[in-house]
Amino acid sequence: MQSQTFRHRVFLFILVAPAFVVLFGVVIYPFFYNIVLSLSNMNLRHIRDWRIIGFGQYVKVFTEPSQPDFYVVFVKTVIWTVVNLFFHVMLGVFLALVLNQKEIRGKAIFRAILVLPWAVPQLIVALTWRGMFNYEYGSINLMLTQWFNLPGVQWLRQPLEAFIAVIITNVWLGFPFMMVIALGALQSIPHDLYEAADIDGASWYHKLRHITIPLIQPVMVPAITLGTIWTFNNLNIVWLVSNAGEPSDQTHLMVSFVYKAAFNFYRYGYGAALSMVIFFILLIFSLTFMRKSKATQNVYS
Amino acid sequence: MVRSKKSTALRVTASYAVLMVFSLIALYPVWQIFNISLRPSNRLLSTSLELIPANASFGNYVALFTERPFLLWMLNSTLVSLTVTLTGVVLASMCGYAFSRFAFIGKKIGLLSLLVTQMFPATMLLLPMYIMLVQLHLINSYLGIVIMYSATALPFCIWQMKGYYDTIPTSLEEAGKIDGCNEFQTFYQIILPLAAPALVITALFSFMAAWTEYVVAAQILQDTELWTLPLGLKSFESNMGSEWGLYGAASVIVTIPVVVLFLSLSRWLVSGLTLGSVKE
Repeated sequence: MQSQTFRHRVFLFILVAPAFVVLFGVVIYPFFYNIVLSLSNMNLRHIRDWRIIGFGQYVKVFTEPSQPDFYVVFVKTVIWTVVNLFFHVMLGVFLALVLNQKEIRGKAIFRAILVLPWAVPQLIVALTWRGMFNYEYGSINLMLTQWFNLPGVQWLRQPLEAFIAVIITNVWLGFPFMMVIALGALQSIPHDLYEAADIDGASWYHKLRHITIPLIQPVMVPAITLGTIWTFNNLNIVWLVSNAGEPSDQTHLMVSFVYKAAFNFYRYGYGAALSMVIFFILLIFSLTFMRKSKATQNVYS
Repeated sequence: MVRSKKSTALRVTASYAVLMVFSLIALYPVWQIFNISLRPSNRLLSTSLELIPANASFGNYVALFTERPFLLWMLNSTLVSLTVTLTGVVLASMCGYAFSRFAFIGKKIGLLSLLVTQMFPATMLLLPMYIMLVQLHLINSYLGIVIMYSATALPFCIWQMKGYYDTIPTSLEEAGKIDGCNEFQTFYQIILPLAAPALVITALFSFMAAWTEYVVAAQILQDTELWTLPLGLKSFESNMGSEWGLYGAASVIVTIPVVVLFLSLSRWLVSGLTLGSVKE
């Protein structure tokens, strides 16, 4: 008996130890090193003779007048996340509802086509859309001028237009994820619920409000949490579509702002502190959102 | 009754219209990549909206392989992606099993931390690792990039595998025990073969992630000979310059395998994600 528990422990150790060693090296140690960096003055000038300076970098994050301003970037990131998630979920659920009707033929083909934006690598999505937003030769402006007789838009050379361009790109690539999730959730709703509702003479709105939405909610809530984290942290699209924050660093989200500070301006201590701030914002959001949604779930069930 | 039939017909027609419009929106940019790749060099910048460029040719594809080190980048990418995938899947298949089946100290915290890593902004690990790699002289090396990719791939792989093991009934282990297998034999002779679909899917997704990653690679790999495909691809783009056609061709080649895999696997990925997150 003694030897059996011993062998069990050895087995468990063999299973977990290799992954733990690797995770320690590539996640846990760097995480704590990042905390140390965030408390240090490391930058291009102090790359070897850096020392711990306390919370100075955090103070800088919140008070230093930077171009662009931290609070402007923060508000932009919130707008970016909310607008993207709104369109992702609305379009995703709407298309899933349309696609899930029993009269629709060719579901598999439509589904495959509509999933394409998610399937194409983000790098290629971003660079191709950047090309499409080109003022003279991009197809967006060509469509506006040739089909609708509208003037072309300077998409990539003005802050507001560039921000809209980045959002359009990300809405395009993000709705399929929500659609696929919603489609899966819709298919698991038992048909007799709708039949019973039909017998009671319920309108489509009532069925949507009282059957569909409550029943897909438990699946959608984790997906929305995940989508929020991904969108908030999506560096690829903003970095590549705006070509590192053009025009003149006015198209930044928090992730691209910190990436630029760290790797283009070599402000390592500052970058590490800003990373921590972003991380805590997301952590607090996820915890409250999951808790809130758990509360509403309890109301429904 | 007649009226309801009419309204059904209307609803179905409207639905098809909606699906068509969104299909066009989804397809157009993808088609655009293909369109760029076929453009001859004198028509790279055209103001026409035609779907197939005039004088279309496969010249860009030929140039990629004959005039550019595209084949080398492809091999580099394959090597890096395969290494990351192999490490991820081997470690995750073992660790995920422990998380799914056994109680041990730190299990709850471990699982939670894996989830928390998903909230790290890109720079959170990239910056400290970058400095560490500089100190270890691993910048501009494959080992450096493989370490970086493992940091992002491994937590996700472990969650995926754990989620799948959770769906395999524990009675199988008991049956194995009765047949005289020890724990290790039960794991690799009974459970692991059953988890084959999850292994394949976890592998393919971590492969695709490494195959298309740009931002991290841009910091770690500096010599053109060491570049992976995304770095090469970005170098062609340079603001719609003279290599815009090469960019299109390279994109098509990089995208096709990813899209094919993705379309056949998207259902699985989603079930993995929701399994992992819905469970409490």
